[in-house]
Amino acid sequence: MEVPRHWRTQSARYALEGTVCQRCGETSFPPRDLCSRCGSGEVIAKRLSGRGEIYSYSTVFQGPNGFAEYAPYLVALVRLAEGPLVAAQLTDVDPDAVQIGMPVEMVTRRLREDGPKGIVVYGYKFRPPLVAG
Amino acid sequence: MKAMKPSRDVGVVGYGAYVPRFRLPSTEVSRVWSGTAAGGPVAAKSVPGLDEDVVTMSVEAVRSAVRRARIDPAAIGAVWVGSESHPYAVKPTGTIVAEAIGAVPATLAADLEFACKAGTEAIEAAIGLVGSGMTDYAVAVGMDTAQGRPGDALEYTAGAGGAAFVIGPAAESVAILEGSLSYVTDTPDFWRRQYALYPEHGARFTGVPAYFKHVGAAGRALMDALGTTAADYAHAVFHQPNTKFPTKAAKDLGFSAAQLRLGMLANEIGNTYAGAAILGFTAILDEAKPGDRVLVVSFGSGAGSDALSFRVTERITELPRDIPATRTYVARAVPLDYALYARNRRKIMVE
Amino acid sequence: MSEVFAVGIGQTEVGEHWDRSLRQLGAAAARAALADAGTDRVDALYVGNMLAGDLSGQHHLGPLIAEHAGLLGIEAVAVEAACGSGGAAFRTAFLAVASGHVEAALVVGVEKMTDRPGKEVTQGLVTAADADFESQIGLSFVAINALLMRRYLLEHRVSRDDFAPFIVNAHANAVHNPMAMYRFAVSAAEFSRQAMVADPISVLDSSPVCDGAAAVLLCSRDRARGLGRNAARVRACTVGTDTIALHDRRDPLELAAAVRSSRRAYELAGIQPRDIDLFEAHDAFSIMTALSLEAAGFAERGRGVAFGASGAIAIDGDLPLSTMGGLKARGHPVGATGVYQIAEVLLQLRGEAGQNQVKNATLGMAQNIGGSGATVVTTVLEAVR
Repeated sequence: MEVPRHWRTQSARYALEGTVCQRCGETSFPPRDLCSRCGSGEVIAKRLSGRGEIYSYSTVFQGPNGFAEYAPYLVALVRLAEGPLVAAQLTDVDPDAVQIGMPVEMVTRRLREDGPKGIVVYGYKFRPPLVAG
Repeated sequence: MKAMKPSRDVGVVGYGAYVPRFRLPSTEVSRVWSGTAAGGPVAAKSVPGLDEDVVTMSVEAVRSAVRRARIDPAAIGAVWVGSESHPYAVKPTGTIVAEAIGAVPATLAADLEFACKAGTEAIEAAIGLVGSGMTDYAVAVGMDTAQGRPGDALEYTAGAGGAAFVIGPAAESVAILEGSLSYVTDTPDFWRRQYALYPEHGARFTGVPAYFKHVGAAGRALMDALGTTAADYAHAVFHQPNTKFPTKAAKDLGFSAAQLRLGMLANEIGNTYAGAAILGFTAILDEAKPGDRVLVVSFGSGAGSDALSFRVTERITELPRDIPATRTYVARAVPLDYALYARNRRKIMVE
Repeated sequence: MSEVFAVGIGQTEVGEHWDRSLRQLGAAAARAALADAGTDRVDALYVGNMLAGDLSGQHHLGPLIAEHAGLLGIEAVAVEAACGSGGAAFRTAFLAVASGHVEAALVVGVEKMTDRPGKEVTQGLVTAADADFESQIGLSFVAINALLMRRYLLEHRVSRDDFAPFIVNAHANAVHNPMAMYRFAVSAAEFSRQAMVADPISVLDSSPVCDGAAAVLLCSRDRARGLGRNAARVRACTVGTDTIALHDRRDPLELAAAVRSSRRAYELAGIQPRDIDLFEAHDAFSIMTALSLEAAGFAERGRGVAFGASGAIAIDGDLPLSTMGGLKARGHPVGATGVYQIAEVLLQLRGEAGQNQVKNATLGMAQNIGGSGATVVTTVLEAVR
């Protein structure tokens, strides 16, 4: 059980909340206390659009603890519209349909649970947009 | 019976639907459990993915509703989720949804349970909250990932899906509430005890004394109270545990098949429980014209019906177009065989 | 800063040591290195290990290995940098001797991976990645490398079959290494037919789960006198770092930490990449071999795979690679790997590499990578004749 840890990263996981540097304008995801470009501590939270495209992808057959029941599942690096690259699972898409460069949108899904009695961890995944544009 | 009407006019400011993409054809259930290709009361039912539950489905429907409403989520004063399949027995779905959409912390949040009527119950509560002036916007969700016992009649139809609504001031609404009415009795036609995996039901007792009595009474009483008849409505939607029940209930109240057409989804996605009537409502709103009257009648076992009458406004033509329509979700049908369905619904023991 | 010499090498066979424990493996390598150097005098022990906490329920390896290697009471600490732990422990020992505070420092890399089932090893290995934003969303360590490889295939217009020369070469070299786990040859056709572990990474692209320990004794010039059969000098040992998560890198296809540590190593040694006579790369996955060759300046960006196909990586090529089998075929007992690499470079410089001996090997380089490239340790060693 890692309840406080999951709770701490909720904003990032539920809503792709990153940070924007007030000095140089760099958008970071995951959120950072110090800007990853200029090192400034003047960063504010910002919810990202959830739009992006696939930079790379693969399939996980044996995942970390808690992911066994979902395997096999697709994972990807997604280049977000705001710039950052994010690692995430793909959902609602068949492996044969995935291509580098294809547009995706963020959805909130179950990531895993801490056993049958533990909390359910929800977070971002990506899928091909349901509505084009 | 008198129609309920809040002291200030309210309506649907935004709405959103959700149906998972997987389908179980009813012929798969009959193949496994009766050895025939006879199928069941619906052609197929919707099935959630392994990573979906009432929380994730609600989050997506509410996000669409908030986008259609074009409001700041921080202005939302309540997030109420009606369901019989909340992921937690104790710990609100409402708080997770509220957090995900950015409605926290100045908001009410809670879960409601009234079998298949929990969604319209949430809408009624939202109407009361906004109508009294306590808040300007309240979110009401009806969403389920219903389960029937393997081989039981319910397994053919128990589906997954639902809808969400932002209830707000009439001036901002795409559909203004004309009035509503609730008809409730203690009728044990269907239930699930704490810790039981699957519900029990009264078989044919779920028909005349339960569904038809409550749906008919609520629909009739509301129209009488408002002075309307079936002919005044462009569209009507009734709770749809199958296609037969709502078709008959509608006919008894004087509605034609044409009036039911837009909101009838059961044959394609099964019975989405707390989502069923209101998912039909969102399908209607996707196509409705300004001035259209819509009658929504839910039914929840236990038992009761909520009847709500809406009039569609000009604002329906101004909604953003880049939000998935109800039919978009219904159309993305990926068929499963019974084995994959059993895996998706965690009916295979792995530990 | 004083010069540092490597005077002793010890290795256990890499494989599934069902009958030997973590402490036994570590102690065996330590004793072998001391015996090789012909001394019992050691001032400090630095242990490289990644997974003992997860897979053996055992941290605190400094005193544990010292005690069981007959070195009770000496300065002894463990160093952790994921799969770069062995290299990082070597760097620590190097600094200790170079500083003049320690005259003789023993480095032991040890890993015991086979006491737990595969899924627990998978979980252990992924601790090298970003726990909050890589493993918590379901990425495995193999998948992270697969993401890199898939992108590489697209950007550099190569196919996965083009990686075959790296695998064929590593296995060919392992045949003659008595310490290697996979002492059998593999053909390009066999590589091409393999099942996917995480598309486009196949079984033969990945290094095996295994146990093993290796040790190297480092000494000051004074202490080295009279020790060891053929001492070698440490010309440089440098560490570069990068973001822990792959997705946080400006250019995921550039191993910036490897660029940093190699450049610094070349600068300190006063050499160019072309001066290197053999290279022990961190070929945990074949994509990593290509990226290392590029980052270390042996191939242009995107040309690492072509370099592999050119014949340059053979024992008699311009840059013999993975000369004793590499991580791929010698095996990858993760926290021990960096020390195995250095031990193998030393065998080459001493002329003791048997059938795999690189002729006139004078300058050898080892590059040990932690995680998907967040830690890179580059070590340049020179034969003393």
